[in-house]
Amino acid sequence: MSGTDSGDGRQVDPRLLEILVCPITKAPLHFDAQTSELISSQAGLAFPVRDGVPIMLIDEARPLDQDPLAAGKAALNQVASEKP
Amino acid sequence: MSQPPKIFDRALLRRRLHRAAADWQAHNFLRREMVDRLADRLLDIDRTFGTAVELDARDDLLANHPAVQRRVQQLQLLAPVARFGTAVQGGPQLPLTGSMNAPLMAVADSELLPLAAASQDAILAASGLHVLNDLPGSLVQIRRSLRPDGLFLGAMLGGESLIELRQAMMNAELEIEGGVSPRVAPSVEIRDLGGLLQRAGFALPVVDTDRLTVTYNDVFALFADLRGMAETNVLVARRRTFSRRQTFARMADLYQERFAAADGRLSVTFELLFMTAWAPGDGQQKPLQPGSGQTPLGAVLT
Repeated sequence: MSGTDSGDGRQVDPRLLEILVCPITKAPLHFDAQTSELISSQAGLAFPVRDGVPIMLIDEARPLDQDPLAAGKAALNQVASEKP
Repeated sequence: MSQPPKIFDRALLRRRLHRAAADWQAHNFLRREMVDRLADRLLDIDRTFGTAVELDARDDLLANHPAVQRRVQQLQLLAPVARFGTAVQGGPQLPLTGSMNAPLMAVADSELLPLAAASQDAILAASGLHVLNDLPGSLVQIRRSLRPDGLFLGAMLGGESLIELRQAMMNAELEIEGGVSPRVAPSVEIRDLGGLLQRAGFALPVVDTDRLTVTYNDVFALFADLRGMAETNVLVARRRTFSRRQTFARMADLYQERFAAADGRLSVTFELLFMTAWAPGDGQQKPLQPGSGQTPLGAVLT
């Protein structure tokens, strides 16, 4: 079975991402393999995945950078860097 | 949007559960009883469920129950704390693999369910429903996570639980300290539960109750069990200072006086409430529209 590598060698089953949503907004999550976190961009929270188990507790989640200006700049830089 | 006041300290409850995991099997009789009785009710339903989730899974008792294995094809667990499993002897090991009966899906708080809409055929809960700050809100989240005609089966502690202990403690506090501190959690009456389920959008709700009486040598053995299963006071408004030793001594005496059986053992009551409810779906029986009757009442009565 293929999965997304979560950095520590554990897999996150893609089927899990079909049924697991953000506990606050109920919006889909996406998995960041580098940090081994499940990201809820609407809620601005990153939920850790430890030993392959998502910890969907608000207490344990890391708040994402919420500064819209910084986020916009980052997006612009990304677009600029992707241009040939 | 203003938040309703918090009644239960969920973070404290998680710390207690984490601590209780170390010696869980010595104290989890209440969970065993509630799981058994919940499983009986599942067996009564003549249907198999494809995918299901257990909320607040504190061990693998429900996952390994024969009734669940017969009725549920794929059960996954949402555990309240990550330590559960690793610390429980014979319990599920983290991370769970496909060889287990039910893999751990995630650690989650039943107040904020991380389940996608219409993703489950059944949701089971045998623990923790009595310490939710917003039971109606959790019920709505459960209903939304169910597919049409999906089943919610829940067991919770009712308000008559520990009634003897509460009376003894209240009277002891009044006598010794001249006042009463908050120890009693607000609880749901059985007659309100059906209405709550209906308001949460469930169809065909059924609520029933069981009474469980256990006996103890003394009240401090009961305390040890309550601590051991993380069922001690988690009220936000709980008393933060220690009660006087004298108060506990008086409480123990009062308990002995009023609630001891002939053999001297203390009886302790737990009220168990069971909810069976369905997400609305085609093919369920429904009441007829008012005014759609074809036979006048008079024709039947004459």
